[in-house]
Amino acid sequence: MDSALIPKGVKRCPIWQFALGLGIVGAVLLWGVYAMLLCWFKGLNQTNMNDYYGFALWIWADLAVIALGGGAFFTGLLRYVIGKDELKNIINYAVLIGFICYSSALLILAIDIGQPLRGWFIFWHANVHSMLTEVAFCLSCYFGVLTIEYLPLVLENRQLDKVPFVHNLTHTMHEHMAIFAATGAFLSFFHQGSLGGVAGVLFGRPFAYREHLFIWPWTFFLFTWSAAAFGPCFTLLVTRITERIAGKKLVKDNVVQLLAKISGWMMFTYIIAKILDTAYWAFTTAPSLGFTLKDFYGTNGFYNYGWLVAEIIVGGLIPALMLITPKIRANRGMLTLATVLAVIGVCLNRWVMVLQVMAAPVMTFDEWALYVPSWQEVATTILPVAYGVILIMISYRYLPIFPQEAELNPITPEDAEGVQASGDSEPVLATAQA
Amino acid sequence: MKIEGEQGKSKKYGMVIDLDKCTGCGACMVACMAENNVPFKQDESDKRLSITWMRVYQLTNGKAFPDADICYLPRPCQHCEGMHEGHSPCVSVCPATATDYDAQTGIVSQIYTRCFGCRYCMAACPYHARHFNWWDPVWPEGMEKYLNPDVSVRMRGIVEKCGFCFSRYQKAMEKAHYEGRRELEELEYQTACTQACPAGAIVFGDLNNPQHRVHQLAQPDPRRRGRPGNPKAFRLLEELQTYPKVYYLSSREWVHKAGHKAELIKEAGAHH
Amino acid sequence: MFPFNFEWIWDMSHMVFMGGLWYALSILGLGITFCIVKAAMDTAKGKGGTHHH
Repeated sequence: MDSALIPKGVKRCPIWQFALGLGIVGAVLLWGVYAMLLCWFKGLNQTNMNDYYGFALWIWADLAVIALGGGAFFTGLLRYVIGKDELKNIINYAVLIGFICYSSALLILAIDIGQPLRGWFIFWHANVHSMLTEVAFCLSCYFGVLTIEYLPLVLENRQLDKVPFVHNLTHTMHEHMAIFAATGAFLSFFHQGSLGGVAGVLFGRPFAYREHLFIWPWTFFLFTWSAAAFGPCFTLLVTRITERIAGKKLVKDNVVQLLAKISGWMMFTYIIAKILDTAYWAFTTAPSLGFTLKDFYGTNGFYNYGWLVAEIIVGGLIPALMLITPKIRANRGMLTLATVLAVIGVCLNRWVMVLQVMAAPVMTFDEWALYVPSWQEVATTILPVAYGVILIMISYRYLPIFPQEAELNPITPEDAEGVQASGDSEPVLATAQA
Repeated sequence: MKIEGEQGKSKKYGMVIDLDKCTGCGACMVACMAENNVPFKQDESDKRLSITWMRVYQLTNGKAFPDADICYLPRPCQHCEGMHEGHSPCVSVCPATATDYDAQTGIVSQIYTRCFGCRYCMAACPYHARHFNWWDPVWPEGMEKYLNPDVSVRMRGIVEKCGFCFSRYQKAMEKAHYEGRRELEELEYQTACTQACPAGAIVFGDLNNPQHRVHQLAQPDPRRRGRPGNPKAFRLLEELQTYPKVYYLSSREWVHKAGHKAELIKEAGAHH
Repeated sequence: MFPFNFEWIWDMSHMVFMGGLWYALSILGLGITFCIVKAAMDTAKGKGGTHHH
């Protein structure tokens, strides 16, 4: 039925299967949209946030998806600016994942602010000294870059490409993509960094506060670095999940191995910097503000030392070592395990830098505050995941996302007729579970 | 930075709260809510959802009878001056310039119509002096007639906090200007909590003015970013370099220890 | 955001921050405009059409 839209030389599942998948994920999406509308029309009393938890699940989700979406800017930088040509075989998917992550982040922010209709004040009445202003500007601009990077991919759809102007536009944009990618890397450096700065500048919150280098706290650099390191891991993980669901290889091993190796070394260097930062903070910065590690990890049941171990060792050092060891990296299962650990690690880091900052008491007569998100918060956090799955499903079906797919999966003449065999399912369920 | 001109000499309005006098009666909280049209809900049992510009904390020394001791600590906004003037924890982070440090009065203001509710300021404030309007205010039938006409009510989705009864300052300045004056008398501008305190525990005035009682009680040293000269006085969490303009008095050592860590206070230079 | 906003000050912070912003926006704006114009000119010259990209 839709075979005219499907890229040449590749096989896709029957339309009913595709529609069924869309329907299932769409239902989840609608649930999220319902919760979103509740938050917009009834206000943030729909959440379990309170005056101790001004920042909560949403801000964590925001920071996490932006870190995971960092694969787009870093892969773009490697491909277009540094010239790692092999990465052209995964850059499309990295861009798509980045586009999903960033649009999700903007959506979450639009739900999170108390007066969404005044959201433009952050631009119009900008306080240039606020880290959040820098986040808003660079985030929006970089979303523009991602749109520019995603657009040629959309235009490469078989039918759209037949229009001469569209074909020429795609061609010209591809030719000049390095300019956009470089601008994207510049913007990413600052917004990833300023997201780290959001917590790092809070001198009233010793758990978050870090010493500064010029006007930037160390978390600024750590966040940029970690996004560049862990982002590609997420790209690889989602690629792997997509391959499993599609039941075929989509990207050649040398491409995956190259990105995994670079990501591993970035993670390894990052984790050294993170350990140094943690040590300096634990033994110098925090004590100068009247706090010891015990105050942060030893006085309540929930936030204990396990968090430090989980984030830095299990979710940082171990996957980094796994990825820089060629033998382990070459093993598909171990590679996937390393990317899973890395994704968990960076999400934990973002969690700690948002939620534990809010939880830790500062005044001596104050106490730890814990919170459990309401279903509306959970639903609106899952909403972007469902949206992402749908966008991946549609893009995978109709756009030439994986340049190596046709070569890796040669199809028989009968398949080429556009009549698809069943048993080759779309990236539906497992991605939703991810 | 000294500003002189239309509004007269620059002021540094501040508060001195004598914790040894405070009985914890809560009159300051009530007066504050009435003065500033602070909304309330039917169920205020969850204090993390209550809007309390002025909140009285109960502190204990943790000892058993007969050494047990308690202290009530009223906590308004501390109107932090920050490491350099205006670098308050909240003012420095607000992305939309919706909270501002007024160099003429030293008051940290909140511009309700400009705040879009990102709550970054709440995350930045270690005193929990900032509150979010999770709901639209609903006044019990007839009560809207008792609202203070000088103070705007707030809508849901924005942050609010103590502004040292700024509308009273504006009113007093208007009167002074009308009478051809540029300076206010000490008692012309007083906050609602100060006037309501039956124990006289709260004193309010200009910390820069040696004639004012707050100055005499706290004896702030301008060369040391307002460090109190009075050994009985301290500022909450002064070691964080927030440099608040609310001083607390107590002769009890454990109360001092509960309020700040004196040994960590960095001596700010006289570069100001 | 603009010099006519009343909170705008011509200080280093504003010039660096907003300078960076407008610089990035200009590159993106000019870049995309260039691509569209060039594509339109190429189309007018009869390029594109049938050959596969």
